[in-house]
Amino acid sequence: MATLTTASAAADVVIEIGGLPIRLSTDDPAFVEMLKERYAGFVTFGTNAQIEFDVLLAPAASMMGHGEIRVERESGQWSMGRGDFEADWNPRTARGIIRQSANPYSLNSVLRIVHTLLLAEQGGFLVHASSAVRNGRAFLFAGVSGAGKTTMARLAPPDATLLTDEISYVRREEDGYYAYGTPFAGDLGRLGENMRAPLAALYLLTKGTENKTDPLGAAEASRALLENILCFAHDSEVVRSVFAAACDFVCRVPTRRLTFVPDARVWEMIA
Amino acid sequence: MSEKCYIARSSRIAARMMGDEMMIMLAPDSTLFTLNEVASVIFNAADGTTPLEVIVAERVCAEFDVELEAALKDAEQVVKELAGHGVLLVSDEPIPQPLAFAQVAR
Repeated sequence: MATLTTASAAADVVIEIGGLPIRLSTDDPAFVEMLKERYAGFVTFGTNAQIEFDVLLAPAASMMGHGEIRVERESGQWSMGRGDFEADWNPRTARGIIRQSANPYSLNSVLRIVHTLLLAEQGGFLVHASSAVRNGRAFLFAGVSGAGKTTMARLAPPDATLLTDEISYVRREEDGYYAYGTPFAGDLGRLGENMRAPLAALYLLTKGTENKTDPLGAAEASRALLENILCFAHDSEVVRSVFAAACDFVCRVPTRRLTFVPDARVWEMIA
Repeated sequence: MSEKCYIARSSRIAARMMGDEMMIMLAPDSTLFTLNEVASVIFNAADGTTPLEVIVAERVCAEFDVELEAALKDAEQVVKELAGHGVLLVSDEPIPQPLAFAQVAR
């Protein structure tokens, strides 16, 4: 492995997703500028971060490659990695270290993992779904790759605000569930709006020959939701939390099957 | 399978009744199972101290219109499969109920 440079905090940036500010410090101002551009709309200033990461940058050749994501907990500290990054994070101290090359994609993966772990503790989750706000309420459109998440985002009418076309952020708060915008973009290549709205419904997408919605039983709804929730950690406590979160969610938020053609008329059913 | 067969829910699962199906997730690897109403009755009655035959006779046959012999044969098959996946523990002696389950099943 190449020698890692030491982060002397020459530059930092706070990225706030889902109302959770995370400070990233590095000794490479150019990398920080890249992040500010990449996460435009989610960069905050003058904010006390709730979590701090030192990002230690290594030459690209030493950190290339992809594979299965590993997320493990030992003595209360999380360790995560893939071919292109390694990271440690201690929830007690709210501090961590990320070792990667100067690219935004590895960091994006670390952020997703950290957010899934945090949300699991709070009854929330990240889910493979596009989402949008219309008339002050948020709607989720979940499905596997090819189900139509990006298509639903693309067909959204002008009065709908896109939260994401790929990874939706769901938090459980005192008065119900909220969807937050994310910078986790899919094929649309467009960041979501950094805003939140109370969740009105979850639609599980299926392409068909007509536009229609059908009710789902609680078991089918929770099963389908679980299939789309991001859960990287093979950790019993996290798995139990995610399971409980999905079951609670479908008991409180209307969850329906949405079959669509697809064309823009499908949005006439979403309001 | 022994006539005196005791079954208990594993502590390595999360479970919840959703509608008329029991949803079960294996904590170590996130594998998801669903049980129908009959299998759910057996799962819910798996307290580690009641023999399977008694569960089938007093719970399954009482709630569903089925003969004991046929129900017991089906139940043994279900128990075997669930035990193979680590959802149930099986023993020819009573099994102490794991404390962890009470924390995850609601």
